[in-house]
Amino acid sequence: MPLGNDTLAKLREIVGADHVLTTKEDLIPYSFDGTAALQQMPGAVAFAGTTEQVAAILKLANQHKLPVVTRGSGTGLSGGSLPVNDGLVLCLVKMDKVLELDRANLTMLVEAGVTTLTISDAASAAGLFYPPDPGSMKISTIGGNVAENSGGLRGLKYGITRNYVMGLEVVLPEGEICWMGNKCVKDVAGYSLRDLFIGSEGTLGVITKVLLRLIPKPQAKKTMVATYAAMDQAAQTVSDIIAAQIIPCTLEFLDRTTIRCVEDFAKVGLPLDCEALLLMETDGHPAAVAEEAAKMEELARQNGAKEVRVAKDDVEANKLATARRSAFSALARVAPTTILEDATVPRSELAKMIRFVDTVGKKYNLKVGTFGHMGDGNLHPTFLTDERNKEEMHRVEEAFQEIFDEAIRLGGTITGEHGIGLAKKGILPKFAGDAQMRVLRALRRTMDPNGILNPGKMFE
Amino acid sequence: MPSHQSHLKNLDYSVVQQCMHCGLCLPTCPTYDATKLERNSPRGRIALMRAIADDRLEVTRTFGDEMYFCLGCLACMTACPAGVNYAELFEHARAEVEEQRLLDSPKRRLIRWFTVKWLFMDLRRLLLVGRAMRLYQQMGFQTLLRRSGVLKLLPKRLQELEAMTPDIPKEFSAEMIPPVTRAVGERKYRVAVLTGCAQDLIFSEINRDTVEVLAHNGCEVITPPEQQCCGSLHAHNGELGLATELARQNIDQFPPEQFDAIISNAGGCGSHLKHYSKLLADDPRYCERAELWDRKLKDVHEWLAQIGVKAPARDGQPPLKVTYHESCHLSHGQKVVTQPRQILKLIPNLTLVELPEANWCCGSAGIYNLVQPEMAGQLLDRKLKHIRSTGATIVANGNSGCLLQLINGVRQAGLPVRVAHPMTLLAEAYRRSAAPN
Repeated sequence: MPLGNDTLAKLREIVGADHVLTTKEDLIPYSFDGTAALQQMPGAVAFAGTTEQVAAILKLANQHKLPVVTRGSGTGLSGGSLPVNDGLVLCLVKMDKVLELDRANLTMLVEAGVTTLTISDAASAAGLFYPPDPGSMKISTIGGNVAENSGGLRGLKYGITRNYVMGLEVVLPEGEICWMGNKCVKDVAGYSLRDLFIGSEGTLGVITKVLLRLIPKPQAKKTMVATYAAMDQAAQTVSDIIAAQIIPCTLEFLDRTTIRCVEDFAKVGLPLDCEALLLMETDGHPAAVAEEAAKMEELARQNGAKEVRVAKDDVEANKLATARRSAFSALARVAPTTILEDATVPRSELAKMIRFVDTVGKKYNLKVGTFGHMGDGNLHPTFLTDERNKEEMHRVEEAFQEIFDEAIRLGGTITGEHGIGLAKKGILPKFAGDAQMRVLRALRRTMDPNGILNPGKMFE
Repeated sequence: MPSHQSHLKNLDYSVVQQCMHCGLCLPTCPTYDATKLERNSPRGRIALMRAIADDRLEVTRTFGDEMYFCLGCLACMTACPAGVNYAELFEHARAEVEEQRLLDSPKRRLIRWFTVKWLFMDLRRLLLVGRAMRLYQQMGFQTLLRRSGVLKLLPKRLQELEAMTPDIPKEFSAEMIPPVTRAVGERKYRVAVLTGCAQDLIFSEINRDTVEVLAHNGCEVITPPEQQCCGSLHAHNGELGLATELARQNIDQFPPEQFDAIISNAGGCGSHLKHYSKLLADDPRYCERAELWDRKLKDVHEWLAQIGVKAPARDGQPPLKVTYHESCHLSHGQKVVTQPRQILKLIPNLTLVELPEANWCCGSAGIYNLVQPEMAGQLLDRKLKHIRSTGATIVANGNSGCLLQLINGVRQAGLPVRVAHPMTLLAEAYRRSAAPN
């Protein structure tokens, strides 16, 4: 049901008139998220400042069967925070307080609208470390990170958002406030509902607070860039590093197109005359770092690296990592529309998958830039196209279908870290299978009987 | 729909489409940071511009207000990996707003006519106003009025504006600088220095210092006495036609073929001056020369770093703690970031302390502090807080608008901090090393 004047009046009563947006000029900027070529106009945007306000809004929405899409900074890459036409956007960016940093238990309690960077900086200031670092970490909110179970550059060694969530405060669709988890390292009381909410993409409840696990900050790190004349050599280096039982914190790769775009933006001195580049980082005890870095460099050279450059200090290392994080956006320099994929395969199949993406790109005559997290098998083949070219967009879709099929065939997944949202809704049933789909649907119906939360996303 | 030509619809669509709304601009946008509303962010503003280009939105008053709430600081352009040309989008959007007269009111029309269309279109008018203000200050009228309390009878906003009037120096550039200044020692380059309009009126000493520094570094410096405004004020305020006219006049006065470099010492002007070829792209008589002009146009810090600036000799001065506030259009617009710092570090007794958020707008933003006092004031307070935290006794900056904003800021806050252009600090050091001990 669309938003009536009565409902709007009640919304204004709950959060204050200043915190409800309804004019066209205010709503257009909320009609998309970070995903390409998707747009839907919301009926209103409401900003909640407290958990109680979120609860009151959900109660109201549930009464009126009003669709609600929860949103942080709108940087998602699968359309998860794309509004429902005429529905309500519940924006949590104003719930942005770090509530507690517990040095005795190594935890941090934050509101859902706190940015990933703020968390990372606050942890660092206390000599601690919050490892998940999605590409949009400067502005992405922790609520969104948890809802999408975001990854990042350090997944290989440190895992993803899920591995750092100890507890959640969630408002359920009927307005009930519920705490899941606590500061205990061990806790097996009942089903782990907390885990159910991580990666639930705003379909089961609204996450309002997050209790995070922090770890000691590694004492040392070393960052290196290796360049290759062929992508296979880079892939082989990664396989050899893992086979040598070294787990670096970062093993990222960029292909030729991506290198050019990134260098054009970041100007960090990446070589432009190579086919592939590996960004490698090892961290931990200084002695271990030195030993691992030497071994990684040796393996890179054995596999034909043209050059291995070691970052001279933290500043240069950060610049390189930041440059890498900009890869997706930087690709927009060469084409108006960049459609990014997230196919992920077991690490042993990586070289095969990269070759396959290349073949498919040629077969459909498409421009592709590929980069990604080589160390964890998470690829981001990005098609460089123009959304106004319907014929080419159709070829893009066909190419993706082939890529997904191949990823599944190789024992991989259709999304490593971006989520299903709208972008991959169509292929989830095939990937998940009937039994899993039945459980997913039953769970969602139980949690949200009126189907108000992010309707139309993930699956019908 | 009205029959006027639409700037946003006529723009190459790829410029509008370049934004892929990843959101990486959001944390660097001062207005978004203050309100947390997408409409007040670069991504949100571009979405509105695109909606107009796509016919999904009309150019409304709200749209107009939004375009003028934007500072135009261009921090988003530094942050944008996709390389969106926000400066171009923003100028066309404001031009669209002006052509449709959406924000029209008698008061606004008068202010715009007086400043953009009359005062800043002819240097002689500016100098006239400058002389009148100088007289007002030198004869003691200002002090008298301020002491008498008569000013308290003015509306609050006018009182605030009166307090912001800059001190007019005793001499303007042309009275201090000969049209040709010889290089000290061997002449290696021939350069022109643009003395600016407001800069000439308020900071003529900076122009003199700039010329001195250049001469000291082997440049013969040409500074014709009567120069025009660069047109940035006009372009940023939706008057692209007037900006184009001024661009032609400047190219005529400073034929780019005749100089090794054309030097600007104000970040805001330089950022606009470097893009004359965009304004004149459709003018067959000027387009080629405009491209040469763009290539020759250098910010003074950029030029000095390029030719290898001389270090002043060591002198017995006590140590100075200096911090550097980046002009938005010098750092984000021109990407001149390291050079001013390198130059400051050359001064022997000077320690440079990094200013937190050095490249965050101070709120000056052209005439923004006059038209959006509230937001400008918030930004100034934030800047002053950081300046205070450095413990520096001098804050250096390379743009007249920011200098004025900071001078007013430190005065009002009672901070014992001197505000100075890097060229002034360098010129002083050269003078000290030349003086007999």
